[in-house]
Amino acid sequence: MTDLRGSAPAHHAAASEEGLDAHLVVERGTFRLDVALRVAPGEVVALLGPNGAGKTTALRALAGLTPLTGGRLRLDGTALERTPPESRPVGVVFQDYLLFPHLSALDNVAFGPRCRGASKAAARATAAEWLDRLGLAAHAGSRPRRLSGGQAQRVAVARALATRPRLLLLDEPLAALDARTRLEVRAQLRRHLAEFEAVAVLVTHDPLDAMVLADRLVVVEDGRVVQEGVPSDIARHPRTDYIAQLVGLNLYRGEAQGHVVRLGAGPSVTTTEALSGPVFVAFPPSSVTLYRDRPTGVSARNLWRCEVVGVETHGDRIRADLTGELPLVADLTTVGAAELELHPGATVWATVKATQTHAYPV
Amino acid sequence: MTRTARRPRRTLQVAGAGTAALLALSACSSSDGSSSSEPDSSASSAGGPSGTVTVFAAASLKESFTTLGERFEKEHPGTKVTFSFGGSDSLAASITGGAPADVFASASPKTMKIVTDAGGAAGTPATFVRNELEIATLPGNPDDVTSLKDLTDPGLKVVLCAEEVPCGAAARTALDAADLKLTPVSYEQDVKAALTKVELKEADAAVVYKTDVHAAGDKVEGVEFPESADAVNDYPIARLKDARNARGAEAFIELVRSTEGQKVLTAAGFLKP
Amino acid sequence: MTPTDDRSGAAVLAGGPAPRSVRKGRGGRGVPLPLLVPALIGLAFLVVPLLALLVRAPWRSLPDLLTSAEVWQALRLSLVCATAATAVSLVVGVPLAWLLARVEFPGRGLVRALVTLPLVLPPVVGGVALLMALGRNGIVGKWLDAWFGVTLPFTTAGVVVAEAFVAMPFLVISVEGTLRAADPRYEEAAATLGASRFTAFRRVTLPLIAPGIAAGAVLAWARALGEFGATITFAGNFPGSTQTMPLAVYLALQSDPEAAVALSLVLLAVSVAVLAGLRDRWMRAA
Repeated sequence: MTDLRGSAPAHHAAASEEGLDAHLVVERGTFRLDVALRVAPGEVVALLGPNGAGKTTALRALAGLTPLTGGRLRLDGTALERTPPESRPVGVVFQDYLLFPHLSALDNVAFGPRCRGASKAAARATAAEWLDRLGLAAHAGSRPRRLSGGQAQRVAVARALATRPRLLLLDEPLAALDARTRLEVRAQLRRHLAEFEAVAVLVTHDPLDAMVLADRLVVVEDGRVVQEGVPSDIARHPRTDYIAQLVGLNLYRGEAQGHVVRLGAGPSVTTTEALSGPVFVAFPPSSVTLYRDRPTGVSARNLWRCEVVGVETHGDRIRADLTGELPLVADLTTVGAAELELHPGATVWATVKATQTHAYPV
Repeated sequence: MTRTARRPRRTLQVAGAGTAALLALSACSSSDGSSSSEPDSSASSAGGPSGTVTVFAAASLKESFTTLGERFEKEHPGTKVTFSFGGSDSLAASITGGAPADVFASASPKTMKIVTDAGGAAGTPATFVRNELEIATLPGNPDDVTSLKDLTDPGLKVVLCAEEVPCGAAARTALDAADLKLTPVSYEQDVKAALTKVELKEADAAVVYKTDVHAAGDKVEGVEFPESADAVNDYPIARLKDARNARGAEAFIELVRSTEGQKVLTAAGFLKP
Repeated sequence: MTPTDDRSGAAVLAGGPAPRSVRKGRGGRGVPLPLLVPALIGLAFLVVPLLALLVRAPWRSLPDLLTSAEVWQALRLSLVCATAATAVSLVVGVPLAWLLARVEFPGRGLVRALVTLPLVLPPVVGGVALLMALGRNGIVGKWLDAWFGVTLPFTTAGVVVAEAFVAMPFLVISVEGTLRAADPRYEEAAATLGASRFTAFRRVTLPLIAPGIAAGAVLAWARALGEFGATITFAGNFPGSTQTMPLAVYLALQSDPEAAVALSLVLLAVSVAVLAGLRDRWMRAA
């Protein structure tokens, strides 16, 4: 399945010039964004990264709101580097939607078609159609401030789609919503994006949003692409601390010699994969077992003496942050944590089964 | 005077009192020395005028009175003459409002009358100069204005003073005497404003005082006209009853009316009384 | 007219939305004294002179004045010119404010300072400056005269020019402030929907900043209505064509202070009526 999803767009893009082919370079002071993006029509790509990574800059550059200082931008074979934003076939859903407060939902959606030359009546008809499609027909006459967060988000999507863009950009489309609405809107948005026939790029710092909504993830850190691929692949093989934390994995880089990965001058991790050379090794926090005293009946492999730095509740589990021989996070049940009497400064022994670890070449 | 007529004047008095307070502040420091010597009248009579003399004078007197003030200070060492120049109306209002002036020199008997009616003047005001109207034209008189009648040419832009102010009233008298109908482009708020319009070449001519034409130098050209004789303006001067420096006030008035004083004033374009 | 009328008039002059929030507030309860006392002093400082005008007004001669054709002529001219000056200020002032708020160009700070200069310039000096620029012999006016036969001094158009010169900075400052407070990303959103910068300004920015424009226009109108120095210097004073109420008031003050007070009252009453009416109809909607 991974292969299917990964190769289809690439094949598509190669066959014709359809879709997005961009190399975005934006320099501003000491910050430099340098991101290459190829997205096929019908594909949804998420730019994922921490705050300040340059995701929004990349999105603004695609929309023409921030000028490129280098690189190229082609959409369906047309160069857009010098095209002003109003002439680009691009629709944007802004983070806080930016619905025009003085216009009704209908007129907000009709704004785009009207600007692109439709008559007032035609623009309104188009707008009504889009609102209907997004289940908002009843709210056509409402001003934005009368709409709920979820409704406003859908109006923003309708407004962006009403100009029939060839590139749809979504900036943190779910960030402004509360947790409950978010679940519902995320599912709806996924449906609409699946129906969308052109290129969609969304920017988010939430891995769940990215994984649910996107076919492919592009992880951006400090203005650079650090990893890209299908969500499941990235989740399994993170290449940076940031991604590992996002997907909830302990991640180390080391030198593999057969089943043993040596992490610098420090400890080593034994894995099931036999590799050689530089590798990543990862294991989930839930695979870590903690003991108050050095366990006797356990093999000495993958056993580290650690000190508790912090403890916090994570859903119905307790997550312990440990330093020592090997810095790692471990997930425990509430009962388990109570039995261990975990508190900052306590000494514990941590162990992981080799079968729970996963090593892959850098 | 009726009660109703007195009311608005009192609103003006409030403004006058503010000015008065400021003037009083500035006068205090320098008049301290003289006020201490006041009880000792023999000492002051022996030493002539001393201390600060505060003179309220019409704006048109600014140049000549400033010159006379300097002469006065030179002739009477230890004295200082402080001037407040302005429109005669507002000066009169300040004085009746209690401003601490010693001498009032007004540009019209009418404004002086405001002060005398309120019992503010000591003795009868004396006319010390007269001012005559003159036509101010552009330099070189390009429109060939030679008489008051020439100003009625509709192609000329003429400004007059508003009839509410002395120069406007005088111009009206002169025009009536000549039996002329003149429609100006504007009735200016004072004589300086009227003159400025000609200086900036916005108007072709203005009817102003001879002294103003004189003061403007070569920025305007003066044209005399016979009807001005019907609208000569008398300038009265008086010592004020509440003068703090009565001796200084008398001495200053004396200088203004002396041959020396008259020489300075006629040099500025004023006529002898 | 009552003191309350004066207060509402003053509040409108201060910029519109303020009275609404006062009404919404918790009233006198819980207002700290260090704020309340200076606030009341400030209010008294503004209102007492107006009250004094009312107290000392020659009520008996007022009917005569109000039926005088000259007074109506001056009043009508004042209203027409102040409104025209406000219109001129809107047409060029709003785009200027937009330029200052939204477009970065070298020397923007200097330009902003220049725009506010008429605020500190004594109006009479402003009038002289206008004469030197737009007068018959002025550096621009010379050509207006030569090419189009247009001379502005001593004309009603000149009054409008003088009033606009003095009043426009109020509008520009007010609108620029509103524009700076408004989110520029709305214009970006409009751009991504295909709106040119002008369309975005017209259809999005303008409606968004309408309350600020209204407040600025009211300030400018009020300033233009009371304009004296620049008007009399640049446009002169002739009944019917250039003599506005403030000029009539000033000249009346020279000969008949009583009439001057009465004329001021008329001007005051009309402006309070207009401003209060505007607030109810227009500012509240915004």
